[in-house]
Amino acid sequence: MAYTEDDLKKELETKEYEYGFYTDIESDTFPVGLNENIVRAISKKKEEPEWMTEWRLEAFRIWEKMEEPEWANVNYKKPDFQNISYYSAPNKKPKYNSIDEVDPELLETFEKLGISLEEQKKLAGVAVDIVMDSVSVATTFKETLAEKGIIFCSISEALQEHPELVKKYIGSVVPQKDNFYAALNSAVFSDGSFCYIPKGVRCPMELSTYFRINQAGTGQFERTLVIADQGSYVSYLEGCTAPSRDENQLHAAVVELIALDDSEIKYSTVQNWYPGNAEGKGGVFNFVTKRGLCETNAKISWTQVETGSAITWKYPSCILKGDHSVGEFYSIAVTNNYQQADTGTKMIHLGKNTKSTIISKGISAGKSQNSYRGLVQINSRATNARNFSQCDSLLMGNECGAHTFPYIEAKNKTAQIEHEATTSKIGEDQLFYCNQRGIDTEKAIALIVNGFSKEVLNKLPMEFAVEAQKLLEISLEGSVG
Amino acid sequence: MELKEKLVSSFLAFENTVDVDAPIHDIRSHAIKVFEEKGFPTKKEEAWKYTSLNTILKHDYSVFPKEENALEFKDVKKYFLHDLDTYKIVFIDGKYSSHLSETTHDKIDVCLMSSALSHDKYKLVIENYFNKIAPQDGLNSLNTAFSKEGAYIYIPKNKQAEKPIQIIHFSTGKESAQMLQPRNLIVVEENSHVQIIERHQSLTDNAVLTNSVTEIFADKRAIVDYYKIQNDNQNASLIDNTYIDQQAQSVASVHTFAFGGNITRNNLNFYQKGEGIDSILNGVTIIEGKQHVDHNTLVHHTEPNCESHQDYKGIFDEKATGVFNGKIIVNKEAQKTNAFQSNNNILLSDKATINSKPQLEIFADDVKCSHGCTIGQLDENALFYMRSRGIGEKEARALMMYAFANNVLESVKIPQLKNRINKLIANKLNVNIGFDL
Repeated sequence: MAYTEDDLKKELETKEYEYGFYTDIESDTFPVGLNENIVRAISKKKEEPEWMTEWRLEAFRIWEKMEEPEWANVNYKKPDFQNISYYSAPNKKPKYNSIDEVDPELLETFEKLGISLEEQKKLAGVAVDIVMDSVSVATTFKETLAEKGIIFCSISEALQEHPELVKKYIGSVVPQKDNFYAALNSAVFSDGSFCYIPKGVRCPMELSTYFRINQAGTGQFERTLVIADQGSYVSYLEGCTAPSRDENQLHAAVVELIALDDSEIKYSTVQNWYPGNAEGKGGVFNFVTKRGLCETNAKISWTQVETGSAITWKYPSCILKGDHSVGEFYSIAVTNNYQQADTGTKMIHLGKNTKSTIISKGISAGKSQNSYRGLVQINSRATNARNFSQCDSLLMGNECGAHTFPYIEAKNKTAQIEHEATTSKIGEDQLFYCNQRGIDTEKAIALIVNGFSKEVLNKLPMEFAVEAQKLLEISLEGSVG
Repeated sequence: MELKEKLVSSFLAFENTVDVDAPIHDIRSHAIKVFEEKGFPTKKEEAWKYTSLNTILKHDYSVFPKEENALEFKDVKKYFLHDLDTYKIVFIDGKYSSHLSETTHDKIDVCLMSSALSHDKYKLVIENYFNKIAPQDGLNSLNTAFSKEGAYIYIPKNKQAEKPIQIIHFSTGKESAQMLQPRNLIVVEENSHVQIIERHQSLTDNAVLTNSVTEIFADKRAIVDYYKIQNDNQNASLIDNTYIDQQAQSVASVHTFAFGGNITRNNLNFYQKGEGIDSILNGVTIIEGKQHVDHNTLVHHTEPNCESHQDYKGIFDEKATGVFNGKIIVNKEAQKTNAFQSNNNILLSDKATINSKPQLEIFADDVKCSHGCTIGQLDENALFYMRSRGIGEKEARALMMYAFANNVLESVKIPQLKNRINKLIANKLNVNIGFDL
């Protein structure tokens, strides 16, 4: 029997979350609720310097006065911020030197996720800093990186060992008062990654971190800070999977990238938090603030594959401050069942001859809503700025929605901006064309969906492309591959 | 006293001038309450993010005309399409001028809102159509509350208005600042056809604020062509709200030519309520100085097999700001919709700004929807090519700008009107060349 779009749709609807499992590890969790004492306690627990505690408290005071944003095209029951435990760390506080010392149960978890540390160590050349419920528990390849002078560690470690760097850069791109979730994150972030590439160094391997939410009812507040000093290069990978849970989990991360003169940062994300079940129950709320600052000649490239989360609210942005700086954004957002995604980017052109490229692919199936929201802003001093944006949406079934909200603001006459958006389904003529040439419908759909997202998949580093492909399979392509 | 309070308190005085027993008066009383509650829009509202009314609301407007003013045709002839035989509905300071107008009741009704509101003959049409599609927001409600005068056009089944209809609003500037609130109702029944040209013109430099609401109903297979010429002087501001209800297989097009005015805001909404509908929205904006033009469009597709085409071109010089906020909504029932939206802009100065926000909200899968938006400059190579062939720089630039706007102009179906617009563009670009080459 021919494989039709309806079959694909059915398959999508029934596809279960394959990575849904839960590891039982003792955790040390704070009482629920949020007040100044909790913020102080988190800071104390992490043995942070005094200025950091003050910084957190300042953020908390700002957050208290802020209101949750409502402009996004998503509907959900607002989380009760007083009903969340703001800190949880695996109890057996690990300080491993080698992988053998890691709790075997944890290792098993990672194996299920398809990341065998040993294998990666040997084969892939990827240093993995694994964050399991907020505290980093395993770091590899540290020595190799250290030789080059690269600092890659958890942010709490960085606070101990390189406080001057953290102090200088934290909050410089995403200030505490930036938005509701950024303020919350600034007040209570538990851990995250810190990365510093010294002048002129090309990071020899892809840096990657796996984030997981493991403790029931624990919001995860990651803070990532990547600094590429003059003339350096780094490719940073971030991937997420989370176990099935019935109650909504909150994830409010902040990522700050600083690309100094002539440097380049490539930041790739594969996000597959638990999207909720087929009835739209459960699932992760993903409210993320990601932003990068480009100095002269610098380049920041965001690549993301978003397949998970019940609610996604995420706009990786570039501030093109320096002349000749370049910002790129490549995104695939897949929504299925009752998922809602409101994602896109902001490209702020301040410097002369700055360039930005936006390629966004949205695929909606089931009863999901998928929105692209982007801002391209050309400042009056940004002579010869160039932007190209393309947002394509693919709809599967007529119960889902695809939306585009581009904001284009130009204040300079030399600006050249192009924006294009299309919405379509898999055309019968396209299928017919393939069939006619001996490609059966199943293969044809695979071909078309792959072709649709290829532009973005191609931008992922090799190590991630495979996983991204896998995630697309689970969330969308079904048996088609 | 703030304009809002002034308007609310003037409502009592306004009631003395109209028949308070007419059924429409309940609509007015309700509307003033809505306006009192909602007030004027502010930049905090998403739809008004890029347009602030603050500067134009601070004038001490006289809110309804105190006396009748007359104009001689020879003084205002140039604002008419005088080389074309048309029906004319002319208002001076918001009052109907029978002297300048040419109306009819022969088969079709081309007349006044005030008479339509007061005569029993029109009662049914008013009941069925008046204030039925304008959203209940602050500005529309304000207009509804003070609705009294405007154009009333009714084309019955299988009839064609054999000549175009001109609607012209003059303000004489006898008051130092004047607010006008015309209210138009246009009903085009099955298989009928009408062409309408609308213009607002102030005759002095005194401030004018026009808050106009036009409701258009196009029944099955009706064809409506609507042209808006916005070339007012620089102290006149216009908020033009136009709402169009389309039934099956009707074709409605609205062309907006925005060259003048201080702040111009066009709210243009199309509601498609049948199959096989075509909606066309075209616009050319050429502004400079501190002018501000905001096009806010909505096309709502609710039934299958419909189309919409939007094409807006903008040229912005000096400190002018342009806004394009276009929205296409496709309901899940509206399969096989083809919706296109394009917004192209040229910035001629570093002080000029364009904010463009083309939005798509799509709930149906078997559709073809696309939008495109570009911002750029005139091509230096093309400019060089023309100059090397002896065309002056100013003229070469003007030709290129004209070519940029041309595909919108080509859709103008009345030749005399097209000539007039060509002249307006030449005038605006400060060149003396005929573009009708």
